[in-house]
Amino acid sequence: MVYVQIAKCGGVTKMQAAYILWLRQVKKYYRSKSRVIGSLGQPLLFLLAFGFGFGSIYQKAENGNYLEFLAPGIILMSVLFTALFSGIEIIWDKQFGFLKETLVAPVPRINIMLGRTLGGATVATIQGAIVFLLAMLFGFRPQNISMVFIAFVFVFLAALLFTSVGTIIASKMDDMQGFQLIMNFLVMPTFFLSGALFPLSGLPPIMKTFIQFNPLTYAVDGVRGTLTNVFAFSPLTDFAVLAVVTCILLLLGSYFFEKIQA
Amino acid sequence: MDNIIVVKDLVKKFKEVTAVNGISFEVPRGEVFAFLGPNGAGKSTTIKMLTTILDKTSGHITLNGFDPEKNREDVRKSFGIVFQDHSLDDDLTAYENMEFHAALYNVTTANNVRQHRIEEMMKFVELWDRKDSMVKTFSGGMKRRLEIARGLLHHPKILFLDEPTLGLDPQTRNHVWEYLKEINKNENMTIFFTTHYMEEAEKIADKISVIDHGDIIATGTAEDLKKQTSTETLEDAFLALTGKNIRENEATGLDGLRSDSKMWRRH
Ligand SMILES: Nc1ncnc2c1ncn2[C@@H]1O[C@H](COP(=O)(O)OP(=O)(O)OP(=O)(O)O)[C@@H](O)[C@H]1O
Ligand SMILES: [Mg+2]
Repeated sequence: MVYVQIAKCGGVTKMQAAYILWLRQVKKYYRSKSRVIGSLGQPLLFLLAFGFGFGSIYQKAENGNYLEFLAPGIILMSVLFTALFSGIEIIWDKQFGFLKETLVAPVPRINIMLGRTLGGATVATIQGAIVFLLAMLFGFRPQNISMVFIAFVFVFLAALLFTSVGTIIASKMDDMQGFQLIMNFLVMPTFFLSGALFPLSGLPPIMKTFIQFNPLTYAVDGVRGTLTNVFAFSPLTDFAVLAVVTCILLLLGSYFFEKIQA
Repeated sequence: MDNIIVVKDLVKKFKEVTAVNGISFEVPRGEVFAFLGPNGAGKSTTIKMLTTILDKTSGHITLNGFDPEKNREDVRKSFGIVFQDHSLDDDLTAYENMEFHAALYNVTTANNVRQHRIEEMMKFVELWDRKDSMVKTFSGGMKRRLEIARGLLHHPKILFLDEPTLGLDPQTRNHVWEYLKEINKNENMTIFFTTHYMEEAEKIADKISVIDHGDIIATGTAEDLKKQTSTETLEDAFLALTGKNIRENEATGLDGLRSDSKMWRRH
């Protein structure tokens, strides 16, 4: 069913609907200066506390420069939070009533969902870019400037992936009651067990398994690899895993979004 | 006669509650049709099933010749709607809300048709001078007017209005109805509205269905209903039909709106 709709959605008029939803997300983002600044506080804190705090220990262990290791992880932390949050915003639209306006529109819901998700992913990618510049300010230097673009392909994929996760969660939730639960049992483990903060080697097997099933792991590896030349897997593996998981989640997201009743 | 809405044995159950209990009715194209009933009667639930946002438990619906669950897009193209509760994006301007709607409904941009249409509708509800204000700075009545303008933007064949004039002052209420009746005549647009106001149902609607506890108790012109119950006023007819006075319920409706606008002010 979803496939048929994707096949049908080639028309310009329907893409227009996706575009207007994308535009709405982006507009709301650049209008809320407080949100932009507020959401930079956390990455900044992590860069400072971990970068300088742990940096010396890390260097003593002869692992090299910790900031180089850490910066890609922090970029993706910011992407993870922003993307999930954008997806979950659907709950606010539900509560404040605006969602109904999009649900009765004569457009396949998949286009509505795609527009929203792309909007959320765009915002998360911009956020990632700002954190990237912030890290540069602290002394982070990519090995090869021309690879930055590739790194942001990984960032964008991760952004799409986690916005879709947010959409799925929001489609199933009616209010923000369960939000704390999701933060503690989904978002935090996803972040900490992704290799964003520490290397994957030398971890107990149970954690290793979780890490291997965590899509963020591959995003972190992809970005870290392209920016600093140190891959745990390979760029192709990272890309393939992210692309496949993103597609699956997008389809799942459309399925659940299609089922929303108001 | 060409019926634009046909409903037969429609049922909606939410777990333990039966919101709509097997109702049947027809609305001829071009008619102004009203659902008159107290809180919790099943008015909004019926509208939601007609407009594809809620799936029915059983029964049949045909809207403009289409089934809302099988031909969702065709049905959605047929109507405009003003929901009972708030449905604007508060963080966009009034104009942006209209533009958003125009894009979703594919109102053509050729020859500035879209801009002109938005301007025309915003002028009709007297909000054109506030077009660049954020909706969150609007009063409850202004938001309501914008929603009405938005519902008309794409020239719908049917307009659903779920308690459209709640919270509007009498003057604005008259102005809005005058205009809607005009479109109803000129464009043969069918209007389906719900209300708690007796005088509104009597003055505006061609036909009224009295609904209570998910059942349609009587349908007809205000005159029919009065004759049927041998009463002098629609109010008495309503009392005779449902065994209650709708005024008791009016207060709760208004309270709802008040708490709504309080919620908005906090942001
Ligand atoms: N999503 C829902 N889940 C459970 N019960 C619901 C839901 N929506 C409506 N109901 C119930 O269905 C019944 C009819 O509600 P509905 O909103 O259709 O009434 P209404 O006639 O529009 O009333 P009002 O004049 O207050 O708007 C009520 O008893 C309500 O509690
Ligand atoms: Mg209602």
